[in-house]
Amino acid sequence: MFLMLKYALLSATVLMLVALGGCFSEHSGVINLALEGIMVIGGLVGTMALNLLPADMLPVWKVVISICLAAVSGIVYSSLLAFSAINLKADQTIGGTALNLLSTAIALVVVKRYNGTQSAKLSYDNTPFIFQAGPLTLNVFLIIGLVLLAVSIVLLYKTRFGLRLQACGEHPQAAGSVGINVYKMRWAGVLISGFLAGIGGFAYIVPAVQTWNFEVGVAGMGFLALAVMIFGQWKPGKIALAAIFFAIFKSLANIYDSIGWLSALHLTKELYNMMPFAASMIILAFTSKRSRAPKAEGIPYDKGQR
Amino acid sequence: MKKKTLLQSSGFVTLFASLVCIAIGLLFGFLVLLLLGGDKAYSDGFKQILLGGFYMMPSGIGKEIVTAAPLIMCGLSVAFAFKTGLFNIGAAGQYTLGAFGGLVFALLLHAPWWVCLLASTVFGAIWGAIPGIFKAYLNVNEVITAIMFNWIGLYGCNTIMYGRGTGAMYNAKQSKTFAVTGDSLIPSKLFGWDMTEAFGYKSCTIAIFLAILVAVLLYVVINKTTFGYELKACGCNKNAAKYAGIDEKRSIILSMIIAGALAGFGAGLYYLSGAAQWIPGDSTALPSEGFDGISVALLASSDPIAAIFSAIFISHISTGGGFMNASLFPPEIADIISGIIIYLCAFSLLFKNLIVTLFTGKRKKALASAKTDAKTSDGKEAQ
Repeated sequence: MFLMLKYALLSATVLMLVALGGCFSEHSGVINLALEGIMVIGGLVGTMALNLLPADMLPVWKVVISICLAAVSGIVYSSLLAFSAINLKADQTIGGTALNLLSTAIALVVVKRYNGTQSAKLSYDNTPFIFQAGPLTLNVFLIIGLVLLAVSIVLLYKTRFGLRLQACGEHPQAAGSVGINVYKMRWAGVLISGFLAGIGGFAYIVPAVQTWNFEVGVAGMGFLALAVMIFGQWKPGKIALAAIFFAIFKSLANIYDSIGWLSALHLTKELYNMMPFAASMIILAFTSKRSRAPKAEGIPYDKGQR
Repeated sequence: MKKKTLLQSSGFVTLFASLVCIAIGLLFGFLVLLLLGGDKAYSDGFKQILLGGFYMMPSGIGKEIVTAAPLIMCGLSVAFAFKTGLFNIGAAGQYTLGAFGGLVFALLLHAPWWVCLLASTVFGAIWGAIPGIFKAYLNVNEVITAIMFNWIGLYGCNTIMYGRGTGAMYNAKQSKTFAVTGDSLIPSKLFGWDMTEAFGYKSCTIAIFLAILVAVLLYVVINKTTFGYELKACGCNKNAAKYAGIDEKRSIILSMIIAGALAGFGAGLYYLSGAAQWIPGDSTALPSEGFDGISVALLASSDPIAAIFSAIFISHISTGGGFMNASLFPPEIADIISGIIIYLCAFSLLFKNLIVTLFTGKRKKALASAKTDAKTSDGKEAQ
């Protein structure tokens, strides 16, 4: 049971962080399909930092610096999406897809070159990230996730910035007409999503294992986070609940053979891996008719369309 | 109306914009090579990418042709969806299902190659139909559905093929599926000309010609038939199409079925040529052909005939990538180049306007950009 809780919390943190990222971006009016790619870049930079930082450095500093670097790399990478989607008014879905493809290629080139071989596996030490709370193994990202969730709720609903951001996703022309700089707001939305997804990618890779094969990228977690965001109806609180729901499904793949009645079903690991994706489709099928998506998402802002 | 000059024709502008994307992509690739290899960047890396299959005659060309065939099909799949206002990011999943269908018929039923190819097509079509149905009846964006069903398809097919290590199609010794043999292999002889012998590459078959044939057929269907016109109309404006008496739900689903069938056919061409064996243990990697199909379609501006050439180009640089000095330059540098090209293609409209301004002066810009606007709106999703 504790094992299940451990895995569920692990993926819940990741899904929540990344889905919150998607939430900020979409509230500003930009569909961020590049979440998956940003996660890969965040994970890559974070793990590379762990490898390259001097070995005698205090573990606390290692944790802080690597997480900061992961976040910064996420911001930098997401700025590519912001530039094409906001300034050049490019198709956001295509731009996002391009960044997803690019990220895996970049990760493979960097890791293979670092290893000097054709292996894309990177090993690192994850002990500083993990601590014990009674019988439960936890990691620092859980705390970071909870803090960022609280910050997100306040930022989105209680500050002038958050309300303006949402206005840009609902009706950018109206927002523009009262003097809000829509371009700046959208940039902010996308960069925040990069920050959160960068940390999220690092949080997915580091606490669970000591070696990561970058051939697999982040195995669809970014897309799953998109489903979490939709299921959470673009609201941070509901996103957190949705992330827990999906994480329980996801954790079944890790622990199904250690729980009696589950292993008696004789299903394979792949089927459990498939479950969150299938579940998200079923949920989408039922909820999409009354979708609460920001109205202007995916449409480039055109000042002249008032 | 005055006759348009070559420079003003939208076809030329589109082609030029694609070439600009390619040039910038290659430039970035070269910079990456410089960064990684310094003075060896040209001799051990960039030369191979530029020469592609020609670096190792003739087997390299054979390899290039073999990888181009599925890329043409995936490109056509994405391009066809673009033409009808849909973004088919699910080509990877449809490709997976296509490979699965073809391999079931080839390895378990030992059916002749054209039956297997048909099975691939049908399996791909079924997987393509799902996002179409979700979009038409449940109002779920096809991008989300297709992404989710990519993973569902991958996990599902792998589970069945692997079968806990004892699957009927799974060769535990190689941890791959068994090799396709006998009648199930696509023939390599075309009117007595043996392509396998000519190129000295074992899986070189008539697949490439089948792919080109389909591309031409698709061109005719899209541009010269009522059916194609209806699908396109529905992509341009769903409501207008409905008003004109076109069943828009049927059109969306049919478009996705055809897109899926094309991707599935591509998988059949690749796996039934014996170019590779499926690795079910690789359960977290979707086949890259499906995503490269997006590059192919974008580079070709969704034109079926242009897709043939852009697929050959993508295959050219990735084959070349394989010939680079692997200790210095990981072969994925070719993927970086194609990734950058898609990124640039996403805002190729900007290039097009720039080019038009450059050649015809600012006065005519408004006119020409209206023209290119109409052209690129093919590739945009109908809201």
